Amino acid sequence: MSERFDVAIIGAGPAGLAAAGVLGQAGCSVTLLDEQAEPGGQIYRGIGSASGPRKSVLGADYAAGASLLPSLAHDSVTHIAGATVWEVTPERDIYYSQAGKASGLKAEHVLVATGATERPMPFPGWTLPGVMTAGAGQILLKTAGMLPPSPCVLAGSGPLLFLIAAQYLAAGFKIDAIVETTPRGNLAKALPHLPGALLNNKYLRKGLAMLASLRKAGIPHYKASTSLVAEGDGQVEALKFTSGGKPHRLACASLLIHNGVVPNVQISRSLNLDHAWDSLQHCWHPVTDASGATSLAGFRVAGDGGGIAGAEAAAHGGRLAALAILEDLGKITGGERQARSSDDSAALKWHGRARPFLDALYAPAREFLEPADSTIVCRCEEVTAGKIREFVDLGCLGPNQAKSFGRAGMGPCQGRYCGLTVSSVIAAKLGKEMDEVGYYRIRPPLKPITLRELASMDLDDDADERPAA
Amino acid sequence: MMQMNDRRPDVIVVGAGLHGLSAALHLARAGLKPLVLEKDYPGRHASGVNAGGVRRLGRHLAEVPLSAVAMTMWHNIADLVGDDCGFVRCGQIKIAETEDELAKLKKRAREVQAIGYDHEEIIGQDELREHIPAIARHCVGAMICRDDGAALPFRTTAAFAYRARSLGVEILESHPVTAIRRDAGQWHVTAAGRQFEAPLLVNAAGAWAGHLAALAGDPVPLQPQAPMLMITERVAPFIKPVVGATGRTLSFKQFDNGTVLIGGGLRGKAFPERNITTIKLAAMRTSAQTVGALFPQMSDARIVRFWAGIEAIMPDEIPVLGKSPNAEGLYHSFGYSAHGFQLSPVTGRIIADLVMHGETDLPIEAFRADRFNSSEDTGIARIA
Repeated sequence: MSERFDVAIIGAGPAGLAAAGVLGQAGCSVTLLDEQAEPGGQIYRGIGSASGPRKSVLGADYAAGASLLPSLAHDSVTHIAGATVWEVTPERDIYYSQAGKASGLKAEHVLVATGATERPMPFPGWTLPGVMTAGAGQILLKTAGMLPPSPCVLAGSGPLLFLIAAQYLAAGFKIDAIVETTPRGNLAKALPHLPGALLNNKYLRKGLAMLASLRKAGIPHYKASTSLVAEGDGQVEALKFTSGGKPHRLACASLLIHNGVVPNVQISRSLNLDHAWDSLQHCWHPVTDASGATSLAGFRVAGDGGGIAGAEAAAHGGRLAALAILEDLGKITGGERQARSSDDSAALKWHGRARPFLDALYAPAREFLEPADSTIVCRCEEVTAGKIREFVDLGCLGPNQAKSFGRAGMGPCQGRYCGLTVSSVIAAKLGKEMDEVGYYRIRPPLKPITLRELASMDLDDDADERPAA
Repeated sequence: MMQMNDRRPDVIVVGAGLHGLSAALHLARAGLKPLVLEKDYPGRHASGVNAGGVRRLGRHLAEVPLSAVAMTMWHNIADLVGDDCGFVRCGQIKIAETEDELAKLKKRAREVQAIGYDHEEIIGQDELREHIPAIARHCVGAMICRDDGAALPFRTTAAFAYRARSLGVEILESHPVTAIRRDAGQWHVTAAGRQFEAPLLVNAAGAWAGHLAALAGDPVPLQPQAPMLMITERVAPFIKPVVGATGRTLSFKQFDNGTVLIGGGLRGKAFPERNITTIKLAAMRTSAQTVGALFPQMSDARIVRFWAGIEAIMPDEIPVLGKSPNAEGLYHSFGYSAHGFQLSPVTGRIIADLVMHGETDLPIEAFRADRFNSSEDTGIARIA
């Protein structure tokens, strides 16, 4: 029989940890499932075991994550670390694997707090060994203190691009060049949002300080770069691009790429929850109310998984969702919830002020949304952008048909690394909007499991009943 | 001269799955102008996402004559649709794990021989191991259909649709049929807010065919269900034929790209009105256990996807195929109960025979729409 909990939280990042704190304090039985060995999510990865020096390398914002860890001390909160959730049913059964063993549990309420994932950045050569996402580079730094091989070039767009360069600098490692792909026209589009952003200029001040430190360190910074091509024979050797009207070629042993972050919607998509296309953030997010409630009762989403707003906002969002769940469970009244929500609501709003400016400023470049024909889009099945366009010529109307036409999105990653690109290539080719074209249907398992794990599962037999013919 | 596409349709086919497309294709070959109305796109449901088995082995005796003709069509499928549909003549094998099971298979083969067919052969342990070196040691023998095989479902559906279109068939996607009415020798069909009319109507609406049949006065106890499949990541090639078991539900097939498809009779939940299905994990676990027992070396292979299609299942698990007993100008082709893929080339030919000549040379009496009327429980109420 499955174990039952009042609340299952998926993801032990800021949203999940903050929610666990509120729910645990109220005495709810909570299970917090997380893929990592330690709590913290991607942003506070390894926070519980990070040494003093590593914390100073990663900065004060990272170190602040430790304040969320006491959430796990409540007796009624069970943290299941190293757990890969691979199926969530509309009946709120959750299946996961931990150390090669698959298990299931059931919850009255599910809070999906799976955060963000890096937006794909396909360009010719991006699949070469030695090219990795800046996020992956940051994980190596956070968990192992590992640095990429030199010379190292950092290419792409978005606040994280500069953050990781600054973190490397603090660790005594100088990136050899920053090749920024933020399109030249973005600033003009962002400026109308500047007055709003100035109401919360914390993010702007931090960004400007990072840029200043990188400039001071003398790291070459190529702006509005286009036509990126990674070259190499079995391993990345150079990045070619155009900047300032001139072609460039930078030799490198490692190439870190980053194209912003988007909500991780694998679980919400697999549940067929309502999603909306956000044309400013260029991503889909599940449709939620202020407490994270989705189109399916019993499911809430908090944190960046519901729309990109950052780590601090995620913690506020997690608490708001937890308070709404407490009311649903009858632990507090509507009035109490309202009273206890006001600070977090206000803080969430404040954190959101800088968002439209940042989103417009770092809107992704066309060349990565609609890559050249030769560029591999689906890495697992090696399907190029040109192939996707051929499918459209043959009558393919959306990403799910692209699977049938040529296996795009059908490999082990389940479309996580190509979903947005496949949809945007099809949309552009058809001259349609993204929400007309749609997204992959996400099939379980969300992450691959072995036949042995499945075969040895302890499952309720009533799940076995066949409906009478 | 009038353009082909300006000609009014002679027949409206509801459903651009394989059976609807096959009917449209054969009707077009016979000189008619079919219009296909499809609520989603060709092959969106059962036709595009099934296991792709091209199997005579183990069929209901009523289906055997049709299946035999269909098999010869599959062996030359490019002649019919201009593409090989990914068909491979890899054979189908049904394993016996015990002497009792082998005896059952022998009895079955004799039954099929008794009605004049010899495609089901019994083989012993040695030959079984020659065909499938990786098979668990306890398996004692098998039934084999050497000329059976497998094809790629979506590619097949796409090929049928492409050939049908090239013969002048019009296929309108995103046109769900919401109403039908017979008046003055014409079927009036409402789809996506538009009106269409033709003297003839073919109901090939798969899991959604029951509603249409009821509207026309032919209520049938159709159950939409969700046959489930799972597929592994790529593993080194180790098996050619499609494998089933006698004492357990299993269908097992390795594709050329190394992925292994596992299915066989297990069903999830279908929500046809929302176009979605859900998986029943306990049934999938049973499949995983079966694979572990028969192919122990597969246990560490990783499953990358579970899925289920929406299919029409009849209580006796054979289709409804033929002229409507109650409505003029209406033909049914649905309810293939999760094994209609192999039959698809011939079912369209049967519909075309019935439309053009009023009869067919294949036995279809067992597939009458009104065969359930005499039974005590038809499962659904007649819709007025």
